[in-house]
Amino acid sequence: MKNLMNIKSQKQIADHIYEMVLEGDITSSMKTPGQFVHVRVSDSTEHVLRRPISIADINHEQSQFTIVYRAEGAGTRKMSALRTGDSLDILSPLGNGYPLEKNEHVLIVGGGIGVPPLYELSKQLNRLGVKTTHVLGFNSKKDVFYEEKFRTLGETHVATADGSCGTEGFVTDVIGDLKDDFDLFYACGPKVMLKVLSETMDLDGYISLEERMGCGFGVCYACVCETARGDYIKLCTEGPVFRKGEIVL
Amino acid sequence: MNSERLKISLPGLDLKNPVMPASGCFSFGEEFSNLYDLTQLGAIMIKAATHEPRIGNPTPRVAETSSGMLNAIGLQNPGVDHIIRHELKYLESYDVPVIANVAGTAIEDYKIVADKISKAGNVKALELNISCPNVKEGGIQFGTDPDTARRLTSEVKEVSEVPVYVKLSPNVTDITAMAKSVADVADGLTMINTLVGMRLGRDGRPVISNITGGLSGPAIKPVSLNMIYQVRQHLPDIPIIGMGGVADVDDILDYISVGADAVAVGTMNFTNPYICPELIQELDERVEEMGLNHLHDIKGRAYKTLQGSGF
Repeated sequence: MKNLMNIKSQKQIADHIYEMVLEGDITSSMKTPGQFVHVRVSDSTEHVLRRPISIADINHEQSQFTIVYRAEGAGTRKMSALRTGDSLDILSPLGNGYPLEKNEHVLIVGGGIGVPPLYELSKQLNRLGVKTTHVLGFNSKKDVFYEEKFRTLGETHVATADGSCGTEGFVTDVIGDLKDDFDLFYACGPKVMLKVLSETMDLDGYISLEERMGCGFGVCYACVCETARGDYIKLCTEGPVFRKGEIVL
Repeated sequence: MNSERLKISLPGLDLKNPVMPASGCFSFGEEFSNLYDLTQLGAIMIKAATHEPRIGNPTPRVAETSSGMLNAIGLQNPGVDHIIRHELKYLESYDVPVIANVAGTAIEDYKIVADKISKAGNVKALELNISCPNVKEGGIQFGTDPDTARRLTSEVKEVSEVPVYVKLSPNVTDITAMAKSVADVADGLTMINTLVGMRLGRDGRPVISNITGGLSGPAIKPVSLNMIYQVRQHLPDIPIIGMGGVADVDDILDYISVGADAVAVGTMNFTNPYICPELIQELDERVEEMGLNHLHDIKGRAYKTLQGSGF
């Protein structure tokens, strides 16, 4: 489960947003989109908790995968200073990803740093012959990333809260104007976005949640979420992807 | 690893080595059994058991701090009956002693849990959790009043079929008063539990939903070392399992040096899930390098040196 990855490249792709390509044999065990890796940001004991980061892109031929993360705190800022040739200690792959269902046309909705895992998801769905429409929401133009990459996979709309790029407003403002019939939606983003999507769309779907994590593999009970049945389940091992309605948002 | 240099015998516990995962940082062992052979461990301190199932606190439950972390899980566990039937049953296939952490809100709860769980064949000792800072009732108030702690310990002793270790809270004015109060009723001490702390977010509000959390990790090691050192001056013979920020072999040697008999590894299991077997291997090599016949040859050297024993 623990692996030392070789950093192939790292670059900043938006405000505080970094894309890192990692290489290592563990890539072969990454199959399902929506899984995550748990990153140790440095060898010292200064940062005792790993950072859960979703897998954005998997390239089995080259044994490489990509993570996209926001460098806001002290730990991720250290990560953002790593260079090609440095190594990175990860636990991987963790969690359950998005189920791939062979539908006609699906809606993929991402918000902010929730966007990355949806790229690998869309790639795999397109490979299955599923038509994908993407709606990506950000705060402002400086925060937008992966718009062009999603465009190569299907129709892509961007919404920004301040209107500096794409539609002014939220992802729901874009979705309200879409005329297509979708069979299913897939989403990842802030809890409030997932809540609004789940409540306003008459469509079944899968959502991916985020929570502060300790261990990442079911031991510490930090990242629990409340189910519709009223109990707490662990997001790291039972999720992070859940069916709409399964979790209280 | 089966090294005579590391074997430790404590009440109820024949330890292959003095390294064990601390309660709350190892769940009930099953997840770690997928990573390495649990029989390498000296013992396993399982997550706290309460009489009834507990769902724990709302999230966020953890936050990182400098060289440490805060947690306020709130003793989420499926209840003692479930733990005996499932979690402890699973551990039966591993030849490793289990130390069961027992928690409750009233003395009666502790007694029910202790009575039941001490009858499980692989439970070789209890760790009385009188120091959890994250539950509203029970837990820490038992651990901050010497007389209450003593009464609880002796009542649990009456029903337990295995030795009882008391987990001391560092959130007290005088740790030695607490230790002395329970010393003649308890079979041993485990120390320390977490220190109550707080972290604020950028919005100026506490990050942890419980507002406060228990601080653990390398940040608290100096506090723990001092407390064990102090308690050892008053209680030279009581078994002590030391914990608080153990991250490498030097940390283990430090704990033994201040008078601990064995050590538990907590937070660092999250940082490096393989840390316990790695430390056991490295500890044996280090003890050999140091030319010791047994790890305990250096036990207490921190104060013995001061006393001029010439070690």
